[in-house]
Amino acid sequence: MKRIYLDHSATTPVDPKVLRAMKPYFTADFGNASSLHSFGQKARAGVEKAREQVAKFLECESKEVIFTSGATESNNLALFGLVRRARALDLKRKVHVITSAIEHPAVLEVCRELKKEEVEVTYLPVSRAGLVRLEDVKKAIRPETILISIMYVNNEVGTIQPIQEISQIIKEVNAGRGKEDKIYFHTDAVQAANFCDCRVDWLGVDMLSLSAHKIYGPKGTGVLFIKSGTPLLPIIFGGHQERGIRSGTENVAGIVGMGRAVEMLTDKNEIKKINANIKKLRDKLVGEILKKIPSAILNGDLKQRVPGNANFCFKNVEGESILLMLDMEGIAVSTGSACSSGSLEPSHVLTAMGVSPEVTHGSVRVTFGKDNSREDVERLLKVLPGIVARLRKMSPIKK
Amino acid sequence: MSQVIYSKEVIKHFKSPHNQGVIKNPTVVGESGNPLCGDMMKLYLKIDKKKVGGKEVDYIKDIKFETLGCAAAIATSSMITDLVKGQPLEVAAKVTKANIAESLGGLPPIKLHCSVLAVEALHDAIKKLKK
Repeated sequence: MKRIYLDHSATTPVDPKVLRAMKPYFTADFGNASSLHSFGQKARAGVEKAREQVAKFLECESKEVIFTSGATESNNLALFGLVRRARALDLKRKVHVITSAIEHPAVLEVCRELKKEEVEVTYLPVSRAGLVRLEDVKKAIRPETILISIMYVNNEVGTIQPIQEISQIIKEVNAGRGKEDKIYFHTDAVQAANFCDCRVDWLGVDMLSLSAHKIYGPKGTGVLFIKSGTPLLPIIFGGHQERGIRSGTENVAGIVGMGRAVEMLTDKNEIKKINANIKKLRDKLVGEILKKIPSAILNGDLKQRVPGNANFCFKNVEGESILLMLDMEGIAVSTGSACSSGSLEPSHVLTAMGVSPEVTHGSVRVTFGKDNSREDVERLLKVLPGIVARLRKMSPIKK
Repeated sequence: MSQVIYSKEVIKHFKSPHNQGVIKNPTVVGESGNPLCGDMMKLYLKIDKKKVGGKEVDYIKDIKFETLGCAAAIATSSMITDLVKGQPLEVAAKVTKANIAESLGGLPPIKLHCSVLAVEALHDAIKKLKK
């Protein structure tokens, strides 16, 4: 049985070209990038090339690119780093941070930790379509607001947040403020990189997080773009790597892989082709599922959304059961059901969008990647309606 | 996310649950769970009398379940029907969530509460019978 992978928002396979670029750095060019000898120089060259590749994609300076262990660390560094720096001179300074209710846990959990450091946090609500509203951003800004962190693309429903517009609001507020009271803008662009324009000046962000393993690179490598002049304290201390902002021996092979993966994203024609195909597959799936499965719901705005994402709710079925039955057919998807979350809480994203809990339990996310084909969608369409019908038949709730 | 890895037995029962469905004229129906929490269960019981050690007792002649829930909820539903079918009510009432989990080759810690669902549905049925 051919296995079909439709969970690209969870992670992607490493592209063979990326793997090829990485390989020498495990063995022949294994040096420590901080060493002065030729082994170290080779490794250093690999790291710096990757930095330039990322800088080219973001259209920033290469010194503004900091490599991390992944986007979770990037987000931690952005939020903790900025808040702690703001308080470095005045520990009692009142600090306010704005984020959205639909952020990834790598931002939400950081905010929860910040709360313990007496930081006030506003979680912006979202519309039914899964989008942050600009008037809510405006209303939330206070004199003590120093940081706004809004994800570029939501990982569960794929909605594209109005980053440029939020940046414009912040710019206007900042025009009336001194440098010390400036609001900085961070975006978690992990789910955006494959599909959206990530040029940082165009977006108007001060910090931006990326992850390698969502863009056909390796796990364990990420980036935080930090615009020059953004005041930040490190959160990891040690050997002063990455200009002292992120200590720790560079994950050279991983960083090289990240650079190569990002480089592939700068091939605009190729990306356009890949995404047009992905969109075709996604649109076919959405159209057919809504037609074939009774009371199926599509979650999230269909227009302000990346082409790779489809997120459905099937009433009176539980998502984990669907996931496992699909897995038995060799098809991999994910779910926002409480039963699979570990916390036994249903998806915080769908909940914030106003989807009722009994419906949220039946949520299924399908995310496409560049290797998916029409046959993959057809296989899914062939088995999913039967699985939902079978589970509904098992359910005590009859419609 | 916590790791949820199911035993072979759980997957077996999830794939092909035993005694799934409804009994047309049940003696009693036990219910548990709540759709808000994502799981809900109904147990249909047919009670009859049989002689055990010269004494006439009520026993579960037939049992079927309907469940809305995850793999653990479905597997525990299936397992409780196996454990109590043909058993005197008094014996069935003593089945615990630990018995169910054990018979399934264990449940992931986060899923242990699913076995409560099955026991609660059975207890609900027995309570209704006593009324």
